[in-house]
Amino acid sequence: MPQNIPVVENILNANDRLAEENFASLESAGIFSVNVMASPGAGKTSLIEQTLPRLKDKLRVAVIDGDIATSIDSDRAAKAGAQAAIQINTGGDCHLDAVMLRGALEKLDLTQFDLLIVENVGNLVCPASFKLGTHKSILIASVPEGDDKPYKYPGMYRGVDALVINKIDLLPYVPFKMDYFQRGVQALNPNVKTFQLSCRTGEGLDAWVEWLIQNSAK
Amino acid sequence: MHELPVTESLLKIALQHAEKAGAKRITDLHIVIGDLASMVDDSIQFYWDIIAKDTLAEGATLHFRRVRAELQCMTCFEKYHPNRDELICPKCGGVGAKIIAGEELALESIDVD
Repeated sequence: MPQNIPVVENILNANDRLAEENFASLESAGIFSVNVMASPGAGKTSLIEQTLPRLKDKLRVAVIDGDIATSIDSDRAAKAGAQAAIQINTGGDCHLDAVMLRGALEKLDLTQFDLLIVENVGNLVCPASFKLGTHKSILIASVPEGDDKPYKYPGMYRGVDALVINKIDLLPYVPFKMDYFQRGVQALNPNVKTFQLSCRTGEGLDAWVEWLIQNSAK
Repeated sequence: MHELPVTESLLKIALQHAEKAGAKRITDLHIVIGDLASMVDDSIQFYWDIIAKDTLAEGATLHFRRVRAELQCMTCFEKYHPNRDELICPKCGGVGAKIIAGEELALESIDVD
Protein backbone atom coordinates (compact mmCIF):
# COMPACT_ATOMS: atom_id res chain seq x y z
CA MET A 1 0.00 0.00 0.00
CA PRO A 2 1.46 3.38 -0.92
CA GLN A 3 2.41 5.48 2.06
CA ASN A 4 4.38 8.59 2.86
CA ILE A 5 7.14 8.21 5.44
CA PRO A 6 8.32 11.42 7.09
CA VAL A 7 12.11 11.51 7.32
CA VAL A 8 13.32 15.08 7.94
CA GLU A 9 16.97 14.20 8.17
CA ASN A 10 19.87 16.41 7.26
CA ILE A 11 21.53 14.76 4.27
CA LEU A 12 25.05 15.40 5.58
CA ASN A 13 24.32 14.05 9.07
CA ALA A 14 26.68 11.11 8.72
CA ASN A 15 29.59 13.41 7.85
CA ASP A 16 28.70 15.85 10.63
CA ARG A 17 28.65 13.08 13.21
CA LEU A 18 32.05 11.83 12.13
CA ALA A 19 33.37 15.39 12.23
CA GLU A 20 32.29 15.55 15.87
CA GLU A 21 34.26 12.37 16.55
CA ASN A 22 37.33 13.86 14.86
CA PHE A 23 36.95 16.95 17.01
CA ALA A 24 36.77 14.80 20.15
CA SER A 25 39.99 12.95 19.16
CA LEU A 26 41.81 16.22 18.53
CA GLU A 27 40.57 17.73 21.78
CA SER A 28 41.59 14.76 23.89
CA ALA A 29 45.06 14.79 22.29
CA GLY A 30 45.40 18.48 23.18
CA ILE A 31 46.24 19.57 19.65
CA PHE A 32 44.92 22.75 18.01
CA SER A 33 43.72 22.19 14.46
CA VAL A 34 42.83 24.33 11.48
CA ASN A 35 41.15 23.51 8.17
CA VAL A 36 42.68 25.74 5.49
CA MET A 37 40.44 26.32 2.48
CA ALA A 38 40.82 28.46 -0.63
CA SER A 39 40.45 28.46 -4.38
CA PRO A 40 43.29 26.86 -6.38
CA GLY A 41 46.25 29.23 -6.50
CA ALA A 42 45.23 31.49 -3.60
CA GLY A 43 48.30 30.42 -1.67
CA LYS A 44 47.37 27.61 0.71
CA THR A 45 50.65 25.74 0.32
CA SER A 46 52.62 28.99 0.14
CA LEU A 47 51.11 30.18 3.42
CA ILE A 48 51.95 26.87 5.08
CA GLU A 49 55.47 27.08 3.64
CA GLN A 50 55.93 30.58 5.01
CA THR A 51 54.33 29.75 8.36
CA LEU A 52 56.29 26.60 9.28
CA PRO A 53 59.78 28.18 9.54
CA ARG A 54 58.31 30.91 11.75
CA LEU A 55 56.94 28.27 14.14
CA LYS A 56 60.27 26.44 14.40
CA ASP A 57 61.18 25.66 18.03
CA LYS A 58 57.81 27.09 19.11
CA LEU A 59 55.26 24.54 17.97
CA ARG A 60 55.40 20.95 16.79
CA VAL A 61 53.36 20.95 13.61
CA ALA A 62 51.72 18.20 11.57
CA VAL A 63 50.32 18.94 8.12
CA ILE A 64 47.67 16.92 6.32
CA ASP A 65 47.36 17.79 2.64
CA GLY A 66 44.33 17.03 0.57
CA ASP A 67 44.75 16.95 -3.16
CA ILE A 68 43.10 15.25 -6.08
CA ALA A 69 46.40 13.64 -7.05
CA THR A 70 50.15 14.07 -6.44
CA SER A 71 52.08 14.63 -3.20
CA ILE A 72 53.58 17.97 -4.26
CA ASP A 73 51.92 19.82 -1.37
CA SER A 74 52.94 17.46 1.43
CA ASP A 75 56.49 17.36 0.02
CA ARG A 76 56.61 21.16 0.20
CA ALA A 77 55.26 21.11 3.77
CA ALA A 78 57.84 18.53 4.86
CA LYS A 79 60.63 20.54 3.27
CA ALA A 80 59.43 23.69 5.05
CA GLY A 81 59.78 22.00 8.43
CA ALA A 82 56.59 20.11 9.26
CA GLN A 83 57.37 17.35 11.78
CA ALA A 84 54.90 15.17 9.92
CA ALA A 85 53.30 15.62 6.50
CA ILE A 86 50.60 13.30 5.30
CA GLN A 87 49.05 13.37 1.86
CA ILE A 88 45.45 12.44 1.24
CA ASN A 89 44.75 11.84 -2.42
CA THR A 90 41.02 12.19 -2.84
CA GLY A 91 41.03 10.36 -6.15
CA GLY A 92 38.91 12.94 -7.88
CA ASP A 93 36.83 14.27 -5.00
CA CYS A 94 36.84 18.05 -4.90
CA HIS A 95 36.96 18.36 -1.11
CA LEU A 96 38.06 16.55 2.03
CA ASP A 97 35.42 15.02 4.23
CA ALA A 98 35.38 13.80 7.81
CA VAL A 99 36.03 10.17 6.79
CA MET A 100 39.17 11.07 4.85
CA LEU A 101 40.47 13.17 7.73
CA ARG A 102 39.76 10.34 10.17
CA GLY A 103 41.93 8.00 8.05
CA ALA A 104 44.81 10.48 8.06
CA LEU A 105 44.51 11.20 11.80
CA GLU A 106 44.92 7.50 12.50
CA LYS A 107 48.40 7.66 10.95
CA LEU A 108 49.55 10.27 13.46
CA ASP A 109 50.29 10.16 17.17
CA LEU A 110 48.36 13.35 17.84
CA THR A 111 49.78 13.81 21.32
CA GLN A 112 53.18 14.51 19.75
CA PHE A 113 52.04 17.76 18.11
CA ASP A 114 50.77 21.20 19.16
CA LEU A 115 49.23 22.22 15.86
CA LEU A 116 47.60 20.36 12.99
CA ILE A 117 47.19 22.18 9.69
CA VAL A 118 44.80 20.52 7.26
CA GLU A 119 45.12 21.83 3.72
CA ASN A 120 41.85 21.23 1.92
CA VAL A 121 41.43 20.75 -1.83
CA GLY A 122 41.44 24.03 -3.78
CA ASN A 123 37.77 24.87 -4.19
CA LEU A 124 35.42 27.57 -2.87
CA VAL A 125 32.22 25.55 -3.01
CA CYS A 126 32.40 21.95 -1.85
CA PRO A 127 34.69 22.12 1.21
CA ALA A 128 32.21 24.50 2.87
CA SER A 129 29.57 21.76 3.07
CA PHE A 130 31.76 19.08 4.61
CA LYS A 131 32.78 19.70 8.20
CA LEU A 132 36.03 18.02 9.19
CA GLY A 133 35.95 18.55 12.94
CA THR A 134 38.91 20.92 13.24
CA HIS A 135 38.89 23.71 15.83
CA LYS A 136 38.93 26.54 13.31
CA SER A 137 38.17 27.01 9.63
CA ILE A 138 40.45 29.34 7.72
CA LEU A 139 39.83 30.81 4.30
CA ILE A 140 42.59 32.28 2.17
CA ALA A 141 41.39 34.83 -0.35
CA SER A 142 43.90 36.35 -2.72
CA VAL A 143 43.70 39.80 -4.23
CA PRO A 144 43.94 38.74 -7.92
CA GLU A 145 40.85 36.54 -7.52
CA GLY A 146 38.72 39.68 -7.37
CA ASP A 147 36.69 41.51 -4.75
CA ASP A 148 33.38 39.86 -5.67
CA LYS A 149 34.16 36.45 -4.17
CA PRO A 150 32.29 36.93 -0.85
CA TYR A 151 29.18 37.64 -2.94
CA LYS A 152 29.65 34.67 -5.22
CA TYR A 153 30.59 32.16 -2.53
CA PRO A 154 28.65 33.20 0.58
CA GLY A 155 28.58 29.60 1.78
CA MET A 156 32.33 29.59 2.13
CA TYR A 157 32.76 33.12 3.45
CA ARG A 158 30.07 32.97 6.11
CA GLY A 159 31.32 29.78 7.74
CA VAL A 160 34.97 30.57 8.47
CA ASP A 161 36.59 31.74 11.72
CA ALA A 162 39.55 33.49 10.14
CA LEU A 163 40.18 35.06 6.77
CA VAL A 164 43.63 35.53 5.30
CA ILE A 165 43.80 38.04 2.46
CA ASN A 166 46.94 37.04 0.57
CA LYS A 167 48.98 38.72 -2.17
CA ILE A 168 48.38 42.24 -0.84
CA ASP A 169 51.61 43.24 -2.58
CA LEU A 170 49.57 43.07 -5.81
CA LEU A 171 46.94 45.61 -4.66
CA PRO A 172 48.46 48.46 -6.72
CA TYR A 173 48.16 46.39 -9.91
CA VAL A 174 44.66 44.91 -9.75
CA PRO A 175 41.18 46.48 -9.49
CA PHE A 176 40.44 45.07 -6.03
CA LYS A 177 38.25 47.28 -3.83
CA MET A 178 39.05 46.25 -0.27
CA ASP A 179 35.96 48.09 1.09
CA TYR A 180 33.57 46.23 -1.19
CA PHE A 181 35.26 42.92 -0.46
CA GLN A 182 35.21 43.45 3.32
CA ARG A 183 31.56 44.55 3.22
CA GLY A 184 30.61 41.29 1.51
CA VAL A 185 32.45 39.32 4.18
CA GLN A 186 31.03 41.33 7.07
CA ALA A 187 27.47 41.04 5.81
CA LEU A 188 27.23 37.43 6.94
CA ASN A 189 30.34 37.03 9.09
CA PRO A 190 30.96 40.22 11.11
CA ASN A 191 33.22 38.60 13.72
CA VAL A 192 35.67 36.90 11.36
CA LYS A 193 39.32 37.45 12.29
CA THR A 194 41.08 38.97 9.26
CA PHE A 195 44.76 39.01 8.32
CA GLN A 196 46.11 40.93 5.36
CA LEU A 197 49.45 39.58 4.22
CA SER A 198 51.75 38.65 1.40
CA CYS A 199 53.44 35.26 1.31
CA ARG A 200 55.86 36.65 -1.25
CA THR A 201 57.14 39.68 0.69
CA GLY A 202 56.41 38.37 4.19
CA GLU A 203 54.40 41.47 5.08
CA GLY A 204 51.71 40.82 7.68
CA LEU A 205 52.76 37.23 8.40
CA ASP A 206 53.73 37.91 12.02
CA ALA A 207 50.16 38.63 13.17
CA TRP A 208 48.93 35.42 11.56
CA VAL A 209 51.71 33.33 13.11
CA GLU A 210 51.08 34.94 16.50
CA TRP A 211 47.38 34.01 16.25
CA LEU A 212 48.30 30.36 15.59
CA ILE A 213 50.71 30.32 18.52
CA GLN A 214 48.18 31.86 20.89
CA ASN A 215 45.45 29.43 19.89
CA SER A 216 47.79 26.44 20.09
CA ALA A 217 48.76 27.39 23.63
CA LYS A 218 45.18 27.36 24.88
CA MET B 1 30.64 17.66 -7.97
CA HIS B 2 30.16 17.45 -4.19
CA GLU B 3 26.67 16.31 -5.19
CA LEU B 4 27.96 12.72 -5.48
CA PRO B 5 28.56 12.16 -1.75
CA VAL B 6 25.37 14.10 -1.06
CA THR B 7 23.39 11.82 -3.36
CA GLU B 8 24.98 8.72 -1.80
CA SER B 9 23.95 9.94 1.61
CA LEU B 10 20.45 10.68 0.34
CA LEU B 11 20.09 7.12 -0.96
CA LYS B 12 21.37 5.63 2.28
CA ILE B 13 18.93 7.61 4.41
CA ALA B 14 15.99 6.79 2.12
CA LEU B 15 16.82 3.06 2.09
CA GLN B 16 17.15 2.94 5.88
CA HIS B 17 13.69 4.44 6.34
CA ALA B 18 12.11 2.28 3.64
CA GLU B 19 13.55 -0.94 5.04
CA LYS B 20 12.42 -0.02 8.55
CA ALA B 21 8.89 0.42 7.20
CA GLY B 22 9.09 -2.88 5.34
CA ALA B 23 8.51 -1.16 2.00
CA LYS B 24 8.97 -3.00 -1.27
CA ARG B 25 9.82 0.04 -3.34
CA ILE B 26 10.56 3.75 -2.96
CA THR B 27 8.59 5.72 -5.53
CA ASP B 28 9.31 9.35 -4.60
CA LEU B 29 11.77 11.37 -2.53
CA HIS B 30 10.92 14.84 -1.26
CA ILE B 31 14.07 16.86 -0.86
CA VAL B 32 14.46 20.41 0.41
CA ILE B 33 17.45 22.50 -0.69
CA GLY B 34 18.16 26.06 0.35
CA ASP B 35 19.68 28.44 -2.17
CA LEU B 36 22.69 28.91 0.12
CA ALA B 37 23.42 25.18 0.24
CA SER B 38 25.30 25.22 -3.11
CA MET B 39 23.61 22.13 -4.50
CA VAL B 40 22.51 21.66 -8.09
CA ASP B 41 19.29 19.66 -8.61
CA ASP B 42 20.32 18.37 -12.03
CA SER B 43 23.60 17.14 -10.69
CA ILE B 44 21.90 15.21 -7.86
CA GLN B 45 19.50 13.75 -10.42
CA PHE B 46 22.40 12.72 -12.63
CA TYR B 47 24.17 10.80 -9.86
CA TRP B 48 20.87 9.44 -8.57
CA ASP B 49 20.08 7.67 -11.82
CA ILE B 50 23.41 5.85 -11.58
CA ILE B 51 23.63 4.95 -7.91
CA ALA B 52 19.97 4.06 -7.22
CA LYS B 53 20.10 1.27 -9.82
CA ASP B 54 19.45 -2.20 -8.39
CA THR B 55 18.14 -0.82 -5.08
CA LEU B 56 14.63 -0.39 -3.66
CA ALA B 57 14.82 3.16 -4.90
CA GLU B 58 15.56 2.44 -8.55
CA GLY B 59 13.38 4.63 -10.76
CA ALA B 60 12.14 6.79 -7.87
CA THR B 61 11.26 10.37 -8.73
CA LEU B 62 13.16 13.15 -6.99
CA HIS B 63 11.12 16.20 -6.01
CA PHE B 64 13.11 19.28 -5.11
CA ARG B 65 11.69 22.05 -3.01
CA ARG B 66 13.99 25.05 -3.28
CA VAL B 67 14.08 27.56 -0.44
CA ARG B 68 15.03 31.12 -1.23
CA ALA B 69 17.69 32.73 0.97
CA GLU B 70 16.25 35.07 3.58
CA LEU B 71 18.30 37.15 5.97
CA GLN B 72 17.40 39.29 8.95
CA CYS B 73 19.40 42.39 9.80
CA MET B 74 20.53 42.35 13.42
CA THR B 75 20.67 46.15 13.54
CA CYS B 76 17.21 47.19 12.32
CA PHE B 77 15.68 43.68 12.14
CA GLU B 78 14.57 44.14 8.55
CA LYS B 79 14.04 40.79 6.79
CA TYR B 80 15.32 40.67 3.23
CA HIS B 81 16.32 38.46 0.32
CA PRO B 82 19.96 39.10 -0.59
CA ASN B 83 20.75 39.69 -4.24
CA ARG B 84 23.76 38.60 -6.21
CA ASP B 85 26.03 41.57 -5.65
CA GLU B 86 24.93 42.94 -2.26
CA LEU B 87 24.43 41.03 0.96
CA ILE B 88 24.16 43.84 3.54
CA CYS B 89 20.83 45.16 4.81
CA PRO B 90 19.10 47.16 2.04
CA LYS B 91 17.35 49.36 4.63
CA CYS B 92 20.09 50.45 7.06
CA GLY B 93 23.30 49.00 5.55
CA GLY B 94 23.86 46.86 8.65
CA VAL B 95 26.18 43.87 8.59
CA GLY B 96 26.11 40.60 10.52
CA ALA B 97 22.73 39.42 9.29
CA LYS B 98 21.23 36.22 10.62
CA ILE B 99 20.31 33.58 8.08
CA ILE B 100 16.63 32.75 8.46
CA ALA B 101 16.29 30.46 5.48
CA GLY B 102 18.37 29.12 2.65
CA GLU B 103 20.77 26.66 4.31
CA GLU B 104 18.43 23.65 4.18
CA LEU B 105 19.71 20.35 2.85
CA ALA B 106 17.41 17.59 3.99
CA LEU B 107 15.30 14.66 2.98
CA GLU B 108 11.78 15.55 4.15
CA SER B 109 9.90 12.38 3.33
CA ILE B 110 9.70 9.41 0.99
CA ASP B 111 6.75 7.73 -0.69
CA VAL B 112 6.87 3.94 -0.69
CA ASP B 113 4.84 1.01 -1.93
